[in-house]
Amino acid sequence: MTRKADTAVTRFLTSRARIGPFETAFWLAAFATIYFLPGRHLILTETAIWGLFALSLDLILGYAGIISLGHAAFFGVGAYAAGLLAKYEIIVEPSVALLCAGLIAAALGFATSFLVLRGSDLTRLMVTLGVSLVCFELANKFADLTGGADGLQGVAMAPVFGAYRFDLFGHTAYVYTLAWLFVLFMLARRVVNSPFGLSLKAIKGNPLRSSAIGIAVNWRLVAIYTLSAGYAGIAGGLLAQTQAFASLSMLSIERSADVLLILIIGGTGYLYGGLIGALIYRLLQDYLSDLTARYWQFWIGLLLVAIVLVGRERIGGWIRSVETQIGRALRWPASTSSADQGA
Amino acid sequence: MAAASETPVLETRDLDKRFGGIVAANAISMAIRRGARHALIGPNGAGKTTFVNLLTGMLRPSGGEILLDGAPITNLEPHRRVRLGIARTFQINQLFADLTPIETLGLAVSERHGSGRDWWRIVGSRAGITAEVAELLERFRLVDVMTERTAILPYGKQRLLEIAVAFACGPRVLLLDEPAAGVPEAERHEILATIAALPADVTVLLIEHDMDIVFSFADRISVLVNGELFVEGPPDEVARDPRVKAVYLGEAFDG
Repeated sequence: MTRKADTAVTRFLTSRARIGPFETAFWLAAFATIYFLPGRHLILTETAIWGLFALSLDLILGYAGIISLGHAAFFGVGAYAAGLLAKYEIIVEPSVALLCAGLIAAALGFATSFLVLRGSDLTRLMVTLGVSLVCFELANKFADLTGGADGLQGVAMAPVFGAYRFDLFGHTAYVYTLAWLFVLFMLARRVVNSPFGLSLKAIKGNPLRSSAIGIAVNWRLVAIYTLSAGYAGIAGGLLAQTQAFASLSMLSIERSADVLLILIIGGTGYLYGGLIGALIYRLLQDYLSDLTARYWQFWIGLLLVAIVLVGRERIGGWIRSVETQIGRALRWPASTSSADQGA
Repeated sequence: MAAASETPVLETRDLDKRFGGIVAANAISMAIRRGARHALIGPNGAGKTTFVNLLTGMLRPSGGEILLDGAPITNLEPHRRVRLGIARTFQINQLFADLTPIETLGLAVSERHGSGRDWWRIVGSRAGITAEVAELLERFRLVDVMTERTAILPYGKQRLLEIAVAFACGPRVLLLDEPAAGVPEAERHEILATIAALPADVTVLLIEHDMDIVFSFADRISVLVNGELFVEGPPDEVARDPRVKAVYLGEAFDG
């Protein structure tokens, strides 16, 4: 009996981490766009960056329950860091510079994480908003370094690995961005499926019980906030590198609000929400601005209200259920055994 | 210093807790013998749950000391006390609504093995941990619901999980705060049976209202009234004590 239960426990726990058919298809399609949509690489690069940025927010919001209205602080700091490293040729190799930009943003995340440990959602909203406003005004004030309202000009990017030049059509930029997105996504996937990731969900669900089973709640939150800031910094760095430009808008409250919007559209707590949200947002933006050039945000706003009223995780839920259906049809291992019991 | 075998596993010395003008714990000195089945009883508002919160670090005392195996733990954070071997259940369920019993117990076992910070290995990939989770699921009769979300479990099962997750922390001392509270009569025996079957080397402090449960379980009883330790002794002695009867009959007692 115990042996049987043990096998069931192992199967159940590891099933979450298994790569399903939906995921395989998603990434195959993503990489296929390198060959099949060459004319859209500029837009796709931007979409992938939004996706990565939203993914970074999902790590704290979807997994640890930390709501933020100032995530652009880390995005912007990463952008300026990457821009400055390239402009002053401090680190020439783009991939190494990007990693450094991420580390700088992570350091800022670590330092400010202690401010979001305690308090209600409202406190956290205000504290994160405050931190991003401070960063914005600092960038504005030190115009000698950042270019202030004109943005950081004169960024010249070296070729990736000394071989692949950033071209005018954005082909290199897209492959470079997609590669970073894929690697960071898989890393995040690993993290959220680890015991550490599970403990974050526990903290989100019930911090009192979490500490009562020996979880060092505060340190776990510091860790994920730092990681999330690093991810946001890399997303910002990617934008600065692929556009050879950084600006105050990358630190702005509008950007913080947009990324939250994108994540909510895509759904929180399953990692793909950020990517899917970015895609939907981009497609809607294109489609709606064709339809009503000036008022497309009206429809985005309406969609947002609808999504929140229907249930913010509904879209993700639909996708998961479709995945399960496909999985059943293909006799893929069922993702939960409760599905078996229901049959 | 007494010999190690005589050191109480958990001891409080003059433990005080005041909330403003209200005294919730007043100079409580209590020693819990290793392996004891100790019950803490007292009328509503006597300060029983406050005492548990003090022992587990959810509240900081206004004065006094708490010792685990003779070592002071008075100012340690809750999660550190858990790692040292004090685990508790809650009078009102404190569970992870969106997680399954498997995950809930897996979390507690992982933390005990120090792999809760592991961010690279996949959950469920350590054979020792999954085997332990399976064992716990069986011991606490949760196998049939182990893949269900906790939020939709029958209340009795949730109470079992409440005890199971505390036990999964591998405690030296297990504090049970009214484990059967609110459980329908039909599901009660399951909980009492699992409590009775707890290993003898785990010391249990049971907070309970139901006198049948207390007297069938405890080998020692402390009575708490108005934040003070009122009477302490073996069950038959406490049962005969006229002062205890007076308190439970609601009569005012003086001196």
